[in-house]
Amino acid sequence: MTTEHAPIIQMKDIQKHFGSVIALAGVSVDVFPGECHCLLGDNGAGKSTFIKTMSGVHKPTHGEILFEGQEMHFADPRDAISAGIATVHQHLAMIPLMSVSRNFFMGNEPVKSVGPLKLFDHDYANKVTMEEMRKMGINLRGPDQAVGTLSGGERQTVAIARAVHFGAKVLILDEPTSALGVRQTANVLATIDKVRKQGIAVVFITHNVRHAMAVGDRFTVLNRGQTLGTAQRGQITPEELQDLMAGGQEMVKLEGSLGGTV
Amino acid sequence: MGEAAQPVPATDERVKEISGLRKALIRPELGGMVGTVAVFTFFLLFAFDSGMFNSQGMMNWSIVSAQFMIIAVGACLLMIAGEFDLSVGSMIGFAGMMIAIFSVTYGWPVWMAIMVTFVLCTAIGGLNGYIVIRTGLPSFIVTLAFLFILRGFTIFLPQLIERKTIIGGIKDVAEGDWLAPVFGGKILGGLFTWMGDNGLIATFTRGTREGQPVVDGIPMLIIWAIALIIFGHVLLTKTKFGNWIFASGGDAEAARNSGVPVNKVKILMFMFTAFCATVFAVCQVMEFGSAGADRGLLKEFEAIIAVVIGGALLTGGYGSVLGAALGALIFGVVQQGLFFAGVESSLFRVFLGVILLGAVILNTYIRRIITGER
Repeated sequence: MTTEHAPIIQMKDIQKHFGSVIALAGVSVDVFPGECHCLLGDNGAGKSTFIKTMSGVHKPTHGEILFEGQEMHFADPRDAISAGIATVHQHLAMIPLMSVSRNFFMGNEPVKSVGPLKLFDHDYANKVTMEEMRKMGINLRGPDQAVGTLSGGERQTVAIARAVHFGAKVLILDEPTSALGVRQTANVLATIDKVRKQGIAVVFITHNVRHAMAVGDRFTVLNRGQTLGTAQRGQITPEELQDLMAGGQEMVKLEGSLGGTV
Repeated sequence: MGEAAQPVPATDERVKEISGLRKALIRPELGGMVGTVAVFTFFLLFAFDSGMFNSQGMMNWSIVSAQFMIIAVGACLLMIAGEFDLSVGSMIGFAGMMIAIFSVTYGWPVWMAIMVTFVLCTAIGGLNGYIVIRTGLPSFIVTLAFLFILRGFTIFLPQLIERKTIIGGIKDVAEGDWLAPVFGGKILGGLFTWMGDNGLIATFTRGTREGQPVVDGIPMLIIWAIALIIFGHVLLTKTKFGNWIFASGGDAEAARNSGVPVNKVKILMFMFTAFCATVFAVCQVMEFGSAGADRGLLKEFEAIIAVVIGGALLTGGYGSVLGAALGALIFGVVQQGLFFAGVESSLFRVFLGVILLGAVILNTYIRRIITGER
């Protein structure tokens, strides 16, 4: 960890209510540059609501968000993106019919002037796309290859590379491995590791403890809208994490009958 | 790209090398190119002596094709952006009627009538788009409503004002107007006179126009078609906005996540489609010298068919303006060619149905190749 021990983003006592439903009941999390912070929780624990609050989709009902030490009020996701908080959704920000390079620069197209016209600079886009993909360990057939021909893991990697290229300081990954096979998962985890080493803060949402243990520096478990604390790597075993996610006791019994295979 | 110095990247053994044929197949224009070659081969073989390929015959099918091209460019960009416009035909009738009412009935200068009509029709196109975006309804339904609304006004207004459904006399009021020739004029007259004088093209052999070439210039309609095709092609493939058009039609939600102003793109494309329909209408009104309540009937479907033959996907996100232009060319050549070849004209519809079905099936297959779906 290359932290200078100033968190890049601090979520303080975040509460979010939807009508009478309390989705988040006071969650506090700090994220440091260059760390992979895993956010674990079962379905309905409030993970999605929490990251949507972090990325500007929801406004918190109560609590404050400090970004680089300053209080932020994101009006919409665009605000968060321009501040440097990028989210890679599970399904997703890629368009299968378009080429990798057109996807990579979607919404941020480079232009060059030809006479009075401002044209899409395809040469530059293609060059950068190939370079960035190679850095992430993906060898494209060509920049005009359609995203539809890439595997799920490769698409995640393209989305991550794109966020990094456009200056993300905090990268939120929403269950990037949940629909992937073993090898593709390994590729995505390797990508996360590369990104973290560039000093970018990664918030990795998952409900798979093994994926979290593979790359995580710190682990925060959410359960029923509350955090059960943040643990450092090495201070917690996978079994303990699993228990925390499931909310304690029942899981112990269950796991006993399943022989510790869950 | 300066890749020579790099070590050759290991190829992924799971990605099959794709053959040149498959690579060519995923170009959206391919169907249009093959179709164009096939159609010309057919008519050169079977209708060469019919007069289809002398200067007059060529001008005949060129004009018809150019008409299709003008509306196909708008329909193409809109379809790639993920929407339809079924009100194109009614818009053509409506725009023509508005020009006639403004210029003939109200006596406005023709240039002003044309400009006001452009503003009005483009605004109606924008309204189409706005309703589609706001309500989230399929554009199919919204523009179907406008198909009837606009056609209804096109029949009602001239009856109310002039007690007839055709308003003529536009040629007279357009005399000496500066904007009218931009739509109704002809250019390169000198070239055609020269070609006639030198025996390259046929000339009239008797009558008051003896010695003048049968074809005396290129109608502005064709110039508009070419200009719109070039504009549409450059916009789609060479600009930032073109990327947004593809993205909006490919997956509106993903595009929004990446910061593409999807709503703006779609509304602008509805406006552009209406603009193209108006260009068609003005050229037609200037050529005929009249506006009729039944003008432009079924044109929306002809535009969509040309676009689909040109390789665009009905579901949006994929297509080509050049392809759509070739689709329009096929459409025009076959329609007029069957006439030249003396084939019963009702069979043209049979041909149209068959080629449409074939094109859609081919496009679906191509889509699977691109996206790797099964």
